[in-house]
Amino acid sequence: MAAPKYPGPKFSGPKYPALDTLALHAGQSPDPATGSRAVPIYQTTSYVFRDTEHAASLFNMERAGHVYSRISNPTVAVLEERMAALEGGVGSIATASGQAALHLAIATLMGTGGHIVASTALYGGSHNLLAYTLKRFGIDTTFVNPRNLDEWKSSIKSNTRLLFGETLGNPGLDVLDIPSLSTIAREAKVPLLVDATFTTPVLMKPFELGADLLYHSATKFLGGHGVAIAGVLVDSGRFDWEASGKFETLTSPYAGFHGMDFEEESGTRAFLLRARREGLRDFGACMAPMTAFQILQGIETLHLRMPRHVENTRKVVAFLSKNASVEKVIYPELPDHPDHALAKKLLPHGCGAVFTFEIKGGRPAGKRFIESLRVFSHLANVGDAKSLVIHPATTTHYRMSDEDLKKAGITAGTVRLSIGLEDPQDLIDDLDRALRASAK
Amino acid sequence: MIFDLDGKRAFAYTAAHELDPKKSSVVFVHGAGLDHSSFALQSRYFGYHGRNVIALDLPGHGRSEGPPLPSIEAVADWLSAVLRKLKIEKASIVGHSMGSLVALEFAARHPAQCERIALIAIGYPMKVTEVFLEAARNDDYAAFDMSTIWGHAAQVPLGRDPNPGMWMYGDTLARLERLAPGVLYNDLKACNDYSTGAESAAKVKCPALFILGRRDVMTPPRAAKLLQEKIAGARTVEIAPSGHTLMAEAPDATLDALIGFIS
Repeated sequence: MAAPKYPGPKFSGPKYPALDTLALHAGQSPDPATGSRAVPIYQTTSYVFRDTEHAASLFNMERAGHVYSRISNPTVAVLEERMAALEGGVGSIATASGQAALHLAIATLMGTGGHIVASTALYGGSHNLLAYTLKRFGIDTTFVNPRNLDEWKSSIKSNTRLLFGETLGNPGLDVLDIPSLSTIAREAKVPLLVDATFTTPVLMKPFELGADLLYHSATKFLGGHGVAIAGVLVDSGRFDWEASGKFETLTSPYAGFHGMDFEEESGTRAFLLRARREGLRDFGACMAPMTAFQILQGIETLHLRMPRHVENTRKVVAFLSKNASVEKVIYPELPDHPDHALAKKLLPHGCGAVFTFEIKGGRPAGKRFIESLRVFSHLANVGDAKSLVIHPATTTHYRMSDEDLKKAGITAGTVRLSIGLEDPQDLIDDLDRALRASAK
Repeated sequence: MIFDLDGKRAFAYTAAHELDPKKSSVVFVHGAGLDHSSFALQSRYFGYHGRNVIALDLPGHGRSEGPPLPSIEAVADWLSAVLRKLKIEKASIVGHSMGSLVALEFAARHPAQCERIALIAIGYPMKVTEVFLEAARNDDYAAFDMSTIWGHAAQVPLGRDPNPGMWMYGDTLARLERLAPGVLYNDLKACNDYSTGAESAAKVKCPALFILGRRDVMTPPRAAKLLQEKIAGARTVEIAPSGHTLMAEAPDATLDALIGFIS
């Protein structure tokens, strides 16, 4: 059958709720105990069983429900269901951070001897995990130029278990060619995982383009307020683990859970079953209920915030592109960006609100620029409602060698901006003042 | 468990247990376009509570080889052959939607093999709207949309999935997308064409339980009235907040109804 076409079925009658409605409602009906319209914060570690039989049935997955908040929690479950609804997945798992979501995905799919093919254009923390930390646990990664499809293909080995990239690469905004990579992944019988943090479901729906798994650092745009560290891992439910034959963790009996064969239990839920029943249980990087509540507050306005983020970004990009102190602006909506055509196809609603530019004058000019800003905050985060600035070579990517920096599209003069929701003219005035200072 | 029936591969979920001839057996028969996992929680419960569980993938569904069988009667006879193959003398049959018609027909055609029947989300006649049939006939994705939207109570896309972290609409669509072309149409047509339900209901001599969802728009409770009248001594449990997919929408209430009936 043809691929689904968002937002709804092609017949007159009931339709799927639109994204705006899902952002406000999915996953929650008014609290049955109190009638509370807002999502209650179930600040509890555990849940009273009705009797011993009920307890045994919950533990053995014969009944649905909550046992212990490391495995699931009613407030966290609202966020998980809401994110699955927004992304069009079968379900999701909320985690302690975006990094925990990435680790959970990988640990669920492979152990020692596994291999990943990943884009070079990754957040520095993700690069560290793949290049150094996972290597220590016997999982190797081959990094490839995200734009070189042949390199992706030729790097796949018999033990490859995952292809991985960011929807918009950090920090060079390489647009991941998800449809083409999805074809490569399907041929190799391995899933494609994408980090969708920079795009959010408002700007891109990776599952509709062919991705199998995705995760967010919910700390960023999903929350938007910059008050909580959080992650969420979403499964499309479309990857056929049994047909692939490469994922023993999902298709053979697991001694750690009564011999459960997760794929046999449910083909569409196998990945999330194992990730929750093993990954959250044993690694324990769960989300706290208060964090879930805070992220939900952000998601309720995500569909309003993202267009404004993009609108402000376009104005700032236009200003910087004409500024004499700026060497180059790197944003896929600009015609000179190498992924301009791809961005028009995959990101018609905008390329997000995080981008880089190169300031003339190298490190000294960059230092003067950042220290002259008044509205922009100099810190290590993106996707806040407030505008942010950072110098990647000395912060987020400081562990990377010059060669790796170059591969990731970063120079000593690269400045990364995350454009917030302030008045755009105030942002432009702030940048203008700082650029003048940088040129002195 | 994989087994061979008439030269074709068939699959039944047994909740990680070997079939034991000393135990009584419960067979689960799924609805149109679905597979054994639509009974995941309920079948697992009985498997861990002293029963043989045989949650089938019907031919052409899940892990069972196709093609799908073209009529309710043919599936009922296939079910009879499965029990003979697995050396199960008699079993309780739990059917959902299309599977409930199979259970009904099986009880009428093969009474010696049928201990009792639980009919979840049944209606008769189970007529399928032309727009739905037409979309399925054309392998149009709209058929999946209709199956998903009409297959759940109206509050489901916004409400809370009893399974923490899952989104019922997404899971249903993902299951349907795994079907081979033509399978959903085959199933819907089999439901639509089934015309001996009243006569078969009158022949049912074993205990019968109707489990119906009050918010079911595909087979609302009133659609089961004719069958309820025809099956002597049948009991009914109506589950207030559920739509057509009771095992997912109201898993505990559905399981409790089954436990009360089968245990």
